[in-house]
Amino acid sequence: MTTATRTGFAASTRSTAGRRRFEGVVRIILLACSGVAVATTLGILASVLFESVVFFREVSPLAFLFGTQWSPTGSPPAFGLVPLLAGTLLITLIALATATPLGLFSAIYLSEYASPRLRRVLKPVLEMLAGVPTVVLGFFAALTVAPFIRQAGTAIGLDVASESALAAGLVMGMMIVPLISSLSDDIINAVPQSLRDGSLAMGATPSETVKRVVLPAALPGIASAIILAISRAIGETMIVVMAAGLAANLTFNPLAAVSTITVQIATLLVGDQEFDSAKTLAAFALGLVLFFFTLALNIAALRLVRKYRQHYD
Amino acid sequence: MTDLSARNSLLARRRAAEARFRRYGAAALALTTLFLAFLLWDVAAKGWPAFLEHRVALPVAIDPARAAAGDFDGLVKDAILAQFPEAQSRSQRKAVLALFSRDGETQVARQLAADPGLSGKTITADLLLSDTADLHLKGIAPLADATAITALTEKLPVTRAFAWRFFSNGDSREAEQAGLRGALIGSLLTVAVALGLGLVFGVAAAVYLEEFAPKNRFTDFIEVNINNLAAVPSIIFGLLGLAMFLNVFGLPRSSPLVGGLVLSLLVLPTIIIAARAALKAVPPSIKEAALGVGASEQQAVFHHVLPLALPGILTGAILGMARAFGETAPLLMIGMVAFIADVPRGITEAATVLPVQIYLWSDLPELAFRSKTAAAILVLIAVLFAANALAIYLRNRFERRW
Repeated sequence: MTTATRTGFAASTRSTAGRRRFEGVVRIILLACSGVAVATTLGILASVLFESVVFFREVSPLAFLFGTQWSPTGSPPAFGLVPLLAGTLLITLIALATATPLGLFSAIYLSEYASPRLRRVLKPVLEMLAGVPTVVLGFFAALTVAPFIRQAGTAIGLDVASESALAAGLVMGMMIVPLISSLSDDIINAVPQSLRDGSLAMGATPSETVKRVVLPAALPGIASAIILAISRAIGETMIVVMAAGLAANLTFNPLAAVSTITVQIATLLVGDQEFDSAKTLAAFALGLVLFFFTLALNIAALRLVRKYRQHYD
Repeated sequence: MTDLSARNSLLARRRAAEARFRRYGAAALALTTLFLAFLLWDVAAKGWPAFLEHRVALPVAIDPARAAAGDFDGLVKDAILAQFPEAQSRSQRKAVLALFSRDGETQVARQLAADPGLSGKTITADLLLSDTADLHLKGIAPLADATAITALTEKLPVTRAFAWRFFSNGDSREAEQAGLRGALIGSLLTVAVALGLGLVFGVAAAVYLEEFAPKNRFTDFIEVNINNLAAVPSIIFGLLGLAMFLNVFGLPRSSPLVGGLVLSLLVLPTIIIAARAALKAVPPSIKEAALGVGASEQQAVFHHVLPLALPGILTGAILGMARAFGETAPLLMIGMVAFIADVPRGITEAATVLPVQIYLWSDLPELAFRSKTAAAILVLIAVLFAANALAIYLRNRFERRW
């Protein structure tokens, strides 16, 4: 034991220079590994930009951004983004209208009212919902929710498309509930207890405390959670691929079928691809739009939190 | 007097508002829980019939001459029709044959190959019923003309058994033959590639950022990048895979290699963030003690801090893998959506994965595929559930509070 320690020590002093060189190499390798994230971002930018530039040589950017007709397989093909943006916006709005009240009220109840035991049961339920793969939610939206809405609509005399925006939006909203509730829960919990105690001591009820003290203090964080939820909804693919339509109708009727940016990317690129056709390249232009939308939303969410974060001691 | 009653009514109003607010919260949670419960129940109700199948033990007389010629298909067909002497017209015979799946041929051929002495005798083939007959017997979709199936159940013993072939067969155009083996192996290979790469790069990046990185703008830039990457829609990663890995590097389309590469980039931020949290949780005194007895910075990190952070890192890695296992959209972009009946044998062969298989089956018109889709979803959810349970177990077993 002693000899081993001694020789080990001797070896380590002898090779200090070697060890230092070795550690320098290791450090560079580690730095390179953290560079993978940067390389991925650059790779994404390069791949969507490169193909988009080729696309915009064939289709003018103005016709793409302001065109009101999208039919990539028509003759002549039309690549107008507006109907897709409208469809994406419609489904996102339905999803948010579902998820914001549900998620926010869940978070308030969990952090302000629920007993620790109830919390222990309900938190995993929300986590489970967050972990359900989107392809499963898409199947549920297409085969259970959409037919149900269609039947319910027919029963009260409404004409509902079989791939209605409402079905996709509702299920997408349920997908986002855990995101909003867990982010809001963290933020509400970060509001110091002394603020609540002060309000309660002045005679406010718990709900008045939540509405007038806790929520205003947590507002920037909650707003950024909702922005992240929007970004998530815009980028969600499988639910809309399976439950929303392919035909890009320019409408804001939630009972009609609309198409989204992600649906079009998926359908344009599944199957045979020819990299010289505008049809395939259009998917990359849509990818560029999607990337910048989500990037802008993420940055906005981050800024919002940084700028308006309240500092408590 | 009036003052007091006014105050009382105000109090009553405030109390009512309090109760209402509380009910909204409870209702939101109840609704969310109900949605999850209904979703699981709906999928389970649709899916469980697909785990069962109907089989019939059919005596097949082996005519040596026809067996030698390899006409097993004809032998099985004749054996079936021999049971139905009343089926004389072409359409009647067609209806009878439509009750059976097309696997009798291979069964008879296999039995004869194993024991050539059976030629000339009568053997028993365990025939699978076709998807339409199966759905009729399960009561899901009754056949319009039930004469043939009723005659069958009267003449031959129909047994209902667990459908092992759902796990041992690859994909098939015939709904009753279609199984998940190809998709499961494809998923396994893809996730293995993603886990290997994601863990190596993710942990290395986390160690660098948490332990060695100087505080400067470049480090900040990397961090902002990682956070943004975590929020990029998954379909964009598919575009990256298509443009870079397939078109620029020329890697094989539809392969688990490319799928794994794309998914490793997708889960990289998750792993980095979890690994950093785990490293941060190790108290600095551990590192300082190692430095104090003469360890170099890297020895302190790799010999002492990293091993202590390992359980936390593994938990994060398992959760990242669960995400990769359920991911569909980016794999559609790199061509993992083709119909592939063979089970992949390597990471460069064309393959599909479980979620994509679910997507493919959900698109098929046959009713039998609908319950197969739901059954595949049950398998997917079971795997995810197991992964999450493992993560929770690891967290509870190895978590240390300092």
